[in-house]
Amino acid sequence: MERIPILKLGEFLLVSIQIDMHDRLAISLQDDLTGKIVATGAKGVLIDISGLDIVDSFIGRMLGNIAGMSRILDAATVLVGMQPSVAITLVELGLSLPGIRTALNIDKGMELLRQSLEEQWDSPGVINKPD
Amino acid sequence: MSILRNSVSHRPGSPVDQQLEDDARTFLSGLRRAVAGGNFTDLSRPEWQSVMEFLTNLSRRRVEDGFTPSETAMFVFSFKQPLFERIAKEFANDARGFADETWRATVLIDRLGLETTSAFVKGREEIIRRQQQELLEISTPVVRLWEGILALPLIGTLDSARTQIVMQNLLEAIVSHGAAIAIIDITGVATVDTLVAQHLLKTVAAARLMGADCIISGIRPQIAQTIIHLGVDLADVMTKATLADAFQIALRKIGNGAVAVKRSQPA
Repeated sequence: MERIPILKLGEFLLVSIQIDMHDRLAISLQDDLTGKIVATGAKGVLIDISGLDIVDSFIGRMLGNIAGMSRILDAATVLVGMQPSVAITLVELGLSLPGIRTALNIDKGMELLRQSLEEQWDSPGVINKPD
Repeated sequence: MSILRNSVSHRPGSPVDQQLEDDARTFLSGLRRAVAGGNFTDLSRPEWQSVMEFLTNLSRRRVEDGFTPSETAMFVFSFKQPLFERIAKEFANDARGFADETWRATVLIDRLGLETTSAFVKGREEIIRRQQQELLEISTPVVRLWEGILALPLIGTLDSARTQIVMQNLLEAIVSHGAAIAIIDITGVATVDTLVAQHLLKTVAAARLMGADCIISGIRPQIAQTIIHLGVDLADVMTKATLADAFQIALRKIGNGAVAVKRSQPA
């Protein structure tokens, strides 16, 4: 069975969806990713959907769910590279994915992740900033 | 001929006389050839084809020259009187034959007149459609203001079809320019109703999904009142009074580097 590869990039995980998602694939991605976040202790997840041309309400909701799960597992999530047609479809479906951060491309997404990590460490509750 | 001229008499000085005479002659000779077959009712028959083509071309030409539909229809209807006079002369002693012939001629001329009018309307609709298309194409420019900042000045009335194109253009421009911020300026938008507000919110949400922030600027007092009265929630969208304010905020958001470059340029 085909799977979506999850690559480890320093303290981040990179998920690049380059094929059309079907429902089973989305569910297996959800399993794999949550498992991998816990196993590697990743601090951030970058989901690249630039290769995704078609979404339906299920895939849209799955993307939202995956981002939500990663957040509870203490990994900031950024969705990058959404195609215009996909964005329009999601909005028309009423899935504007509130609470999920987005970026135009992987570069900017990575920058956003680093920023949010730094903000976390700078916040008053954290005493020792790891090097 | 004088009746023909009367039908356009309120356009004095226009060089229509010569044209009118040519048209009348072509129409009459075509008509004579068509009725020679003895068929007065079925206008889709091949012998009528040249007459119909001529009338269609005439309507098209008159649409472009700015004639009214009634003037165009009168071109055909004005042939009735001379035709009836001729019939009256031929059937001077035959009341029954006169009535039959007059009826046939009336039906024929009426149908030709109606065909001409519908061709006229069709020609006019074509022009309207073409202009609408052109309006759609020219009215939605996406302008690059700065590295990573796009502006979309909206002018005129927003309807669903236009907003769809606006949304698509903006999102495609965001991808191709790699823009982080898009400013939607609605100074030129006359009215905002719930549908337009909905479309604006959708555009903002779609841009956010792609990783770009949207600022709406140029909201006029009446529009601000309408938006609140309609109960549209713009709380999640950043709004600024003018395009200049929005641009300033956008520059600050993408980082001070760009501002520094701007200041060092005049030196």
